[in-house]
Amino acid sequence: MQLTINGQKKEFSTPITVQQLLTQLGLSAERVVVELNRNILTAEKHPETELKSGDSIELVQFVGGG
Amino acid sequence: MDKLVIAGRQFDSRLLVGTGKFASNQAMVAAMEHSGSEIVTVALRRVDIDNPEDSLLSHIDTDRYLLLPNTSGARDAEEAIRLARLARAAGCEPWVKLEVTPDPYYLLPDPIETLKAAEILVKEGFIVLPYMPADPVLARHLEEVGTATVMPLGAPIGTNKGVRTRDHIAIIIEQANIPVIVDAGLGAPSHAAEAMEMGADAVLVNTALADTPNPAGMAQAFRKGVEAGREAFLAGLGAQRDQAEASSPLTGFLRGD
Repeated sequence: MQLTINGQKKEFSTPITVQQLLTQLGLSAERVVVELNRNILTAEKHPETELKSGDSIELVQFVGGG
Repeated sequence: MDKLVIAGRQFDSRLLVGTGKFASNQAMVAAMEHSGSEIVTVALRRVDIDNPEDSLLSHIDTDRYLLLPNTSGARDAEEAIRLARLARAAGCEPWVKLEVTPDPYYLLPDPIETLKAAEILVKEGFIVLPYMPADPVLARHLEEVGTATVMPLGAPIGTNKGVRTRDHIAIIIEQANIPVIVDAGLGAPSHAAEAMEMGADAVLVNTALADTPNPAGMAQAFRKGVEAGREAFLAGLGAQRDQAEASSPLTGFLRGD
């Protein structure tokens, strides 16, 4: 299964939920906002949302800015 | 007390600070503390998934500071709206510093896309603080669509040149019924004081604090500059004249008979 995460293509051998993906990447749902195929996915939906091949995920966070 | 009121919310400080470009998080936090600011801007960016850094928010006391996410990086209204919605989904209050800068060299705000995005974001319930060219007509349009403030630029972002748009900012201040925050280009406390003396309601600085060996010291200096400028505005500046007006008596000189 191929996913595009922040513009990078990544291969996954087993099905994965958004919550599992964040855990695998070492990211906390409190600090990261998830967009799945251009739609914002709120944190309570992370555990139940299974990713499909071809999905595009954006993971964004706050950084310093003016 | 003379409070700054934005969208019904009161603030004691009239200095907003950005969190970008500091050499370290410690320097950023020290600058925030010494500035006395109650509103700090932040940006949204992709996580580097191969090398996730610790979160900026772990360094900012969000009980003390109101986070004002910006839409920096947006090149048009659509990108700005997307960023604003993401920021709100991150759990922020629905405040947004709207910033649409398609030109990478001068980072000047796009007036048409800014107005378009402002109108939509206001309808979605956002409290919109738009970064804008110092154009009095645009300021009126933004106020009409319901923005909480207008934020005209003094000079392009990060240039430290001061209030180069002075005459247009004066017109914006004269006409506005919402707070005017001079944003961008202020490089010295005297620049901040100048904007405040003119009657600006607040100023926003980032580069001037981040790009100095002593951000905390500079933040404190800006705090004083903003306070001095505000007090001078409230006291009322004396009129300018072309000819001298003696301050000492013109009688009783020790000369002649």
